[in-house]
Amino acid sequence: MAETLLADVAVVGAGPGGVAAACRAAESGARVVLVDEGLAPGGQIYRHLPGEEPPAEARPWLARLWKSGTRVVTAGSVFDAERRGDGWRLRALKGEQVLLVRAGRLVLATGARELFLPFPGWTLPGVIGAGAAQALVKSGAEFRGRTVVVAGTGPLLLAAAAGLAGAGARIAAVAEQAPAASLARFAASLLPSPAKLLEGARYRLAFAGAPYRTGAWVRAAEGDGRVTRALLTDGAREHEVTCDLLCTGFGLVPNLELPRLIGCAVAGLGVEANGRQETSVPGVFAAGEICGIAGAEVALAEGEIAGLASADALGAADPATRKLFGARERARRFGARMAGAFRLRPEVLRLTAPDTIVCRCEDVPLSHVVEARTTREAKLHARAGMGPCQGRVCFAALEALRGLAPDTVRPPLVPVPVEALAAEEEESP
Amino acid sequence: MRETVTILVDGRAAAVPRGVTLAAALLGLGVPAFRTSVTGEPRGPLCAMGSCFECRVTIDGVPSRRACLTLCRDGLEVTTRG
Repeated sequence: MAETLLADVAVVGAGPGGVAAACRAAESGARVVLVDEGLAPGGQIYRHLPGEEPPAEARPWLARLWKSGTRVVTAGSVFDAERRGDGWRLRALKGEQVLLVRAGRLVLATGARELFLPFPGWTLPGVIGAGAAQALVKSGAEFRGRTVVVAGTGPLLLAAAAGLAGAGARIAAVAEQAPAASLARFAASLLPSPAKLLEGARYRLAFAGAPYRTGAWVRAAEGDGRVTRALLTDGAREHEVTCDLLCTGFGLVPNLELPRLIGCAVAGLGVEANGRQETSVPGVFAAGEICGIAGAEVALAEGEIAGLASADALGAADPATRKLFGARERARRFGARMAGAFRLRPEVLRLTAPDTIVCRCEDVPLSHVVEARTTREAKLHARAGMGPCQGRVCFAALEALRGLAPDTVRPPLVPVPVEALAAEEEESP
Repeated sequence: MRETVTILVDGRAAAVPRGVTLAAALLGLGVPAFRTSVTGEPRGPLCAMGSCFECRVTIDGVPSRRACLTLCRDGLEVTTRG
């Protein structure tokens, strides 16, 4: 037997997009259930420990969420979605318990994860994501005495370095693969929004003693049982930096498992959604990074629109709606400029050696999947993606490195005990 | 300073801050490897947000739990090398 929650609107994902959607739908009178895998609502950008103060920019939204009447389910992993009658039934695992959510409409706001590009040594303990470093800092980790190299691309590198420095780490080097010229163009494009420039400058000051190299990237990590050196290169010269933590950030990829399972059309880099944020599946809305990586401001605007639309409260002619559409448009333009400035250079996409492991769950090296044209072939021929992460790391890498077509998605979306699959709803909820 | 709680890491008691995630606590204790891969390599957390499953450990006898999605509490028993 499993507990069943009834809702008009079920929102999956409690980052900015999901929180904004839940607030707007609930404030419009809908019964809303918000399910998230994290320990507290907020997703990555608003991440905080349960019972602790959220980041300043998150507080107004989270306060609004608690006031909105939304039923918030944390630590719940949605592993299945099925059509039931006119609506949907979600199944989630919370601890050992299965939770069922019956809802007329869905808002998907499952966000993004980091893209990990395999390079020699990337499986060594101590090699983590730049976003992972931030998540750990926000999860109470101490980094006193640690020596850190941050490498990859984008403003996340600066934020991660600043966060780690704040948690006691010594930053040995930051390597940004984008050339100095694109960064200069990007910085110039920020002049009309000085707050963003200031934010960057504040991060940079937090690790002022460390070099920030542009046009440089990590080629390999070395160490015996854990990382002790990072090899950085600018394509001509190699540079060895001693460290015991190497944080890589090659950008983000949307979490498309649930939208794909539901059958939402995906185009290019995200879920296709119309002006009301409705996907190709009627009654299913999408907001935030799953519609294309563009940042928290886009997610908030899309989430508000999706929340209103899911509750039939989006007045197309309302000035308030027009304002939201305008905010979404401006935020998307900023997202596009950022994606352009931090495009991955071809060298970074060629770091994987034949014997470099790509699938970390099954320890499958690149040489075993070179023949595969789709991730499904990589799975069938070499066991890539057969482990508990279900290809979230290696398929994303293979799609980026070799353009492999994604596989179809089947439930369960995360590993669950057999009993969880058998759990059915109570007769009269 | 946070209050501490005592957890058992591979049978040895360790004081860790209350309310932080198990992944954060183990890294703070200097535990680099959380598990051993199918070919015998040591592995530690990679994404710290629930996607990669590299931080999976045995918690109170239940295998394959993600340390990044678990909070430390008094008496928690964790086994690495799984």
